[in-house]
Formats: sequence, C-alpha cells, structure tokens
Amino acid sequence: MTVLRATNLGLRYTKRRWALAGCELDVPAGHVAGLVGPNGAGKSTLLNLAAGMLRPTEGTIEVCGGIPGSGTDQLAKVGYVAQNTPLYAGLTVAEHLRLGASLNPRWDADLARRRIERIGLDPNQAAGRLSGGQRAQLALTIGIAKRPELLLLDEPVAALDPLARRDFLRDLMEAVAEQGLSVLMSSHLIADLERVCDYLVVLVDSRVRLTGEVENLLAVHHRLSGPRRDVDDLPDGQRIVSARHTDRQTTLCVRSENALFDPLWTVGELTLEDLVLEYLSTPEATRPALEVLR
Amino acid sequence: MIEFHLDGGSGLSPYQQLVRQVRHALRLGMLREGDQLPKVKDVVAELAINPNTVLKAYRELEHDGLVAARPGVGTFVTGTLDGGSLAALGPLRQDLRRWLSKARRAGLDEESIEALFLTTFRAAAREDIA
Repeated sequence: MTVLRATNLGLRYTKRRWALAGCELDVPAGHVAGLVGPNGAGKSTLLNLAAGMLRPTEGTIEVCGGIPGSGTDQLAKVGYVAQNTPLYAGLTVAEHLRLGASLNPRWDADLARRRIERIGLDPNQAAGRLSGGQRAQLALTIGIAKRPELLLLDEPVAALDPLARRDFLRDLMEAVAEQGLSVLMSSHLIADLERVCDYLVVLVDSRVRLTGEVENLLAVHHRLSGPRRDVDDLPDGQRIVSARHTDRQTTLCVRSENALFDPLWTVGELTLEDLVLEYLSTPEATRPALEVLR
Repeated sequence: MIEFHLDGGSGLSPYQQLVRQVRHALRLGMLREGDQLPKVKDVVAELAINPNTVLKAYRELEHDGLVAARPGVGTFVTGTLDGGSLAALGPLRQDLRRWLSKARRAGLDEESIEALFLTTFRAAAREDIA
C-alpha cells in the first residue's frame, strides 16, 4: 500500500521559479520516512502539498489514497505539524485538546490525556508559556491523538535541546509501534534520522535525487578507494555518484547492485550521513561526466 | 535480559548493531536458550528507534535459527552460538598471542597490528568468496 504517491509533481511560485519540479515519489505505508535536503530544496513545499495547504501547479499528488485537502475524510487521515510547532499562545493545554477533539472526528481523548500526564504538562498552562520542548510535545500529542494514517512533520526537533529531542523521537516511535502510523518528517539532523527513519527521500534543487528504503540504499552504495585511475572502465551496473582524485589516489562513491570484487579497490561502506552528503554535494548527472574527471 | 545500545561511530546501521549485540551476547553466554529478548516496544522506548528496525533485526535472528517469536508473548532464544567448539578457542588464542608478541618484536605498534590484521582478514574473506 502506498501512503504518498507523486507523479510529475511541481509547484511554481513565481513565473520562473519552481519550488518543486518533476517530483516522482512512491512511499509505501508503514514507514518512517526522512525528508532531507538543503534549505530551499522544496521540503516544506512537498509537506504543504501533501497536507493540502498548497495545490500543485502540475502533476498529481495522492496521499492515503485521496487528493490532499479534498474533504473531511481526507483531512482526518493526515496529521500535519508545520515548522516551529504552531500553537495558540493564548489557549491553555487543555483548551488545545478540546479544540483537537471538536475538530477531529477520530480524536482519541484518552490517548491525549495520558500523554499530557506522562509528559508532565499542566493542563491549565497557556501554550505561550511552555518551553520549546513542551510545545513540540503538545503539538505531537495533537498530531497523534488525531489518529491519522500519515503524520507529516516539518523540522519537528530543530529547535529542541538534545534531551527534549530524544524524548520527542521516542514518543513518536512509540506511536508508530502502537498505531502503525506512517510518518514523513523533514530534518537536518541525520544522526536522528539514522535512528528513526527506515525510508529516505533526498531533495536537491527542487527535485528528488534519491529515494528508497534506508537499508537497501546503504547496501547498494559503496566507497571505493585505491591508486589513482580513470574510472571509465567500471563494469556495467555500477554508477558513480561522486569521484575525487589526488595525484596518487582515487576515491569513488558508487551505486552498484552487485558485489564489488576488483582487488585494486578498498571497498568501504557508507553511513546514512555519508550517503546523504554524497548526494547533496554532487550535481546531478545521468551519466558520469568522464571528460571532467580526466 | 540484555539491554541494547547504539554506537553512532560504529559505521553499522542500527539494525546491524542490534543483530550483532544479540550474537555477541550468545557467544559470551550472556544469553542462553529460553531467555527472552527485550520487547520491541521497550527497545523503541529505550533507544528512540524505529520499531521496524527492531522487528527486522529480530526477524533476521529468527531466520538464522537463533530466536523464535511467540505471538503475544515475546521473542525467545532458541539457538546457541559458541563460535566453533570452546575447546578450540584456547589453542587459537595462544597462537594469536604468540603472533602478537612476534609482531611487536618486529616493531609494529597497535595501529599497525590492527591494520595488518584487518587487511589480511578482508583479503582472505574476499578470496574465499571469489
């Protein structure tokens, strides 16, 4: 089952500038998907399109089998916590929960109350007086108690200290375990994503550069290093993601579905952070630009 | 019961680390047949990691015949891993010690010894595959 499908999805926000272009995605249900990319790559745009806050300029997007924002049923299926965890500063914690209960048909009041108790929030406290960590936890509580099929989170932990971040992610993972919820969350903190995400979407320059299950992506990417050599003689099925040369040494990041046996290379594995950085730091090329390498 | 931890600098994915820690505990006798592995929910709460990662690690251990899931109860150790017979370990360790003192006498420091061991180990493993 697919939780988010995009076909040639694009959003243009001025005459020439595309916030998102030619976006092809097929995220299966049951995953916690990390959305990674430099600032301005289109992460928030994609989340806003999935939530139905924006309409595509071209192409289509389908979320939990429906058009985003297309009706009350669709709205109930998707939870969205925008950047900076927007809350009503003048309303208390309890009033936020009441608001959540009256706006969401599948609201789980029991779950919301238990979570607030466990986090240790005072129901009578105004949201404007909560700490950053508490605000994030309240927003997450509302997102989870809504009982969505897909929860969209835009930089949910960016403003949190390490302890609050860990608490937030732990509670999110518990909700995933208990409710079988799917999640799509953007973040710059790849170390966090490494723990919680089993699916990855990398956006660069308004386009999807890389997408897939984290384990599979890590299994097919390798770092090769060895004596300096030209790299136009790599076997079929191997694609160069990046190549660096010194006068003596060549280091490659290669995508290959097959095992690598060339004894001249020392083969190393990449961490998720390495992998993301390789894709963020190299311009897209459908074929390795050999002329440039020589 | 064992407790998992994650090492950010290990170069292994969280799923591989969990599998390795169970195998390690089995080898060292910290886990024995009949012992229960931590519940998925508890590992998730402890480490703040994706439940699918824990499930995947447990499935792999199950596939290797080391553990079995009892639905609604938990996952239990069913196999052992003593890395060959324990009797063979003593002599091997002695050989290794002798080799280590030889390497030191030849002037190798710890880093060089480690590098030599790893490259030889990898080269041998690769030759076995090829």
